[in-house]
Amino acid sequence: MQSIPDNSAVSLAASPSMVTVSIRDLHLSYGKLEVIKGVSLDIRRGEVVCIIGPSGSGKSTLIRCINGLTPFQSGSITVGDQQVGDAKLDKIRLRRKVGIVFQQYNLFPHKTALQNVMMAPLKVLKEPRAEVERRARELLAKVRLAGKEDSFPGELSGGQQQRVAIARSLAMRPEIMLFDEVTAALDPETVQEVLLTIRELAEDGMTCVLVTHEMAFAREVADHVYFTDGGKIVEHGPPEEIFGSPQDERTQRFLSRLL
Amino acid sequence: MKSFARSGVLGLVCAFIAAPAYAADVSTGPCGFCVLWDWIPFILNGFALNVVISILAMMLALVLGIGLGLMQISESKLASVPARFVTQLLRNAPWIVILFMIMSLIPYRIEVQGWGNFILSDWIKATFAFSLPVMANVSEILRGAVASVPKGQWESAESLAFSRGQSLRWIILPQCVKQMIPHLMNWFALLVLATPLASIIGVREAVGSAQAAMESAGSSPTLLIPFYFFLMMIFFIFIYPVAIWSRRLERNYAINS
Amino acid sequence: MDAILTLIAPFFRDLYETTGINFNVFYDPYQFKRFLIGAENSILLILAAILLSVIVGVAGAAIQQSRSTWLRWLVGGYIQLFRNTPPMVQLLFFYFGLGAYAPQVDMGGYYQPMVSAFGWAVIALGIFGGAFNVEIFRSGIEAVPKATLEAAESLGFKPWQTFVYFTLPLAFRICLPALTTNLVSLAKTTSLAYVISVPEMANMLNQVWSSTFNIPEMMAVLFCFYVGVVWLLAAFLHWLERRLRLRGYSK
Ligand SMILES: Nc1ncnc2c1ncn2[C@@H]1O[C@H](COP(=O)(O)OP(=O)(O)O)[C@@H](O)[C@H]1O
Ligand SMILES: [Mg+2]
Repeated sequence: MQSIPDNSAVSLAASPSMVTVSIRDLHLSYGKLEVIKGVSLDIRRGEVVCIIGPSGSGKSTLIRCINGLTPFQSGSITVGDQQVGDAKLDKIRLRRKVGIVFQQYNLFPHKTALQNVMMAPLKVLKEPRAEVERRARELLAKVRLAGKEDSFPGELSGGQQQRVAIARSLAMRPEIMLFDEVTAALDPETVQEVLLTIRELAEDGMTCVLVTHEMAFAREVADHVYFTDGGKIVEHGPPEEIFGSPQDERTQRFLSRLL
Repeated sequence: MKSFARSGVLGLVCAFIAAPAYAADVSTGPCGFCVLWDWIPFILNGFALNVVISILAMMLALVLGIGLGLMQISESKLASVPARFVTQLLRNAPWIVILFMIMSLIPYRIEVQGWGNFILSDWIKATFAFSLPVMANVSEILRGAVASVPKGQWESAESLAFSRGQSLRWIILPQCVKQMIPHLMNWFALLVLATPLASIIGVREAVGSAQAAMESAGSSPTLLIPFYFFLMMIFFIFIYPVAIWSRRLERNYAINS
Repeated sequence: MDAILTLIAPFFRDLYETTGINFNVFYDPYQFKRFLIGAENSILLILAAILLSVIVGVAGAAIQQSRSTWLRWLVGGYIQLFRNTPPMVQLLFFYFGLGAYAPQVDMGGYYQPMVSAFGWAVIALGIFGGAFNVEIFRSGIEAVPKATLEAAESLGFKPWQTFVYFTLPLAFRICLPALTTNLVSLAKTTSLAYVISVPEMANMLNQVWSSTFNIPEMMAVLFCFYVGVVWLLAAFLHWLERRLRLRGYSK
């Protein structure tokens, strides 16, 4: 237990310049369709990075690569001390470090909220049940779902399901959390519950990569914003720059259409 | 669909090659396949009876089953409750049990006033017995199909001043036919596959003929695999196209709706 | 069992003496014994055939997920052969055809086949029912949402863990209604074991009516026995369906 790093604000914020994810000249295509055409970016510890851009520009594909869910053809992705493209990659260790939350929640429908959160630590990390259950209850309370432990996913609202999904990822004590348009399938009222949870995580010092269409939220929480189009990063910088005075014409057009 | 059909046929070809090789290897006695060759016309003759029984039983089952199904969906409890009871009872009883009951309960000769005597031979009784479970399932298929028609159809028919019977006849049932056909074909296939049961009560259909043939050929154990395998093949060749066809219809129906 | 007989015997003996309706299996201890043997064998046969058919179904579905084209074709051929030929002929083929070549066991002086008629019935019916189960399980596995399995993968579950903890339980729930239909149908088909002289209900009652000629009564017993057992099995499977239904997703 002791060897697993703590996610508290103190330990992470202490080394803000430390690069934890580094992507270099990434290329990926599905058959003939080129989806990512040379992307490079760095993510530092405790940083909140937002990726924005039109639909189909490869945002989901990019963050799925970081987690090793989608294989890529060339370039490199380094997460901590691991090379994601490595043939002998220890995927279990990578996925302990990197959690991902999907647009469609993808909870396990035959397990209760509590069991959803406990599954991976029990079966993948093989941690003792009592300890796992204690932490799972804490996590559900943290995402404001105390009292819903025994509900099945089908009995929860979209926003509640999404927060269970976040707790489920956090139960692996990841160092980095990836969020892929996690509010896109939600009702406007429940969007705020989920955003609040993510904001609290960011404030705790968790390294977060957010793909989002919630521009106001991105502007508020992001340390760095990337704008993608056609499989490339067109422009990036602090949120004030990207939202305040975008340089590229494509970014301008995208943002003006949203506002 | 294509790959499904192809894989089935290929697997069968493998079985065809493997089975005689196995039989030839371990047996001592007359060559089973050579004996079989002489008896093939005799067995096929018996198979014709399987086909006749199946077709007659299916026609009877359709007529009785549609009647029973209409009774099931009738608004009168006096008709629907007994119809539902008979349907469920016959659906849950094994074929062989129904066959035994019909054999033992229906007399050999029936006298109809003014028409004379009718001799009910065993194969006719078997035909009647086989039609009963199919009838019950036709009844259930009809009920299910009618239940699957959206309520709005009944309501709009009613709003056009159709009576219940007219709505059923002109609006509801025509919508049911398409989805019922694959199920009915499936039951025809199951019916054909059940007809060998008639051999238990002495009807000389394909299986009864094959057993009689093996006996006349000396009942050597080397005959068993070739003869029974041949029986499986004739049924397969007859049924497989029906299965493929009904699957295709079902798929088309699923896509179109 | 004897207690049951003493309980019901007076009624049925009285029924016979007053009306001539002869349910001797319910008052004559000797015939009652036959009824019990028949009931036991029929029920055991149903359970064993169902168990084997489910095992065959899971194994076949697993093979169909494999990459080997040859194996997939073999399973495809097996399914088509057994679905489209008469189960009674399959039973005869196994019992007489293959049974003739099965090894014999020396029982100290006389030889006995290693596989009994009951054993062959279980094998033949299990393989017959399994041919339907393979397709049922396969469509269940294919209907499990890929995104759910991907979520498991992203949490670090190994492929076999994902299969055991998520694919199988979800596929089982998805295909349970179709499985129920097939297993109920298989239970009815086990009555075919009559043709290879397995001492199941039809054979035992046949022995009864051959000696006491109470055919209509025994037919009624046979009919009610199978309808009752099949109904019980269906009720159990429907109960299981309700219990395992994914909560919050019902219509
Ligand atoms: N599994 C796949 N197979 C083929 N094409 C895909 C697949 N996944 C995504 N794509 C294509 O890749 C492109 C980028 O998709 P995605 O990364 O989902 O974009 P975004 O998340 O920015 O909307 C799209 O054109 C999409 O159609
Ligand atoms: Mg996307």
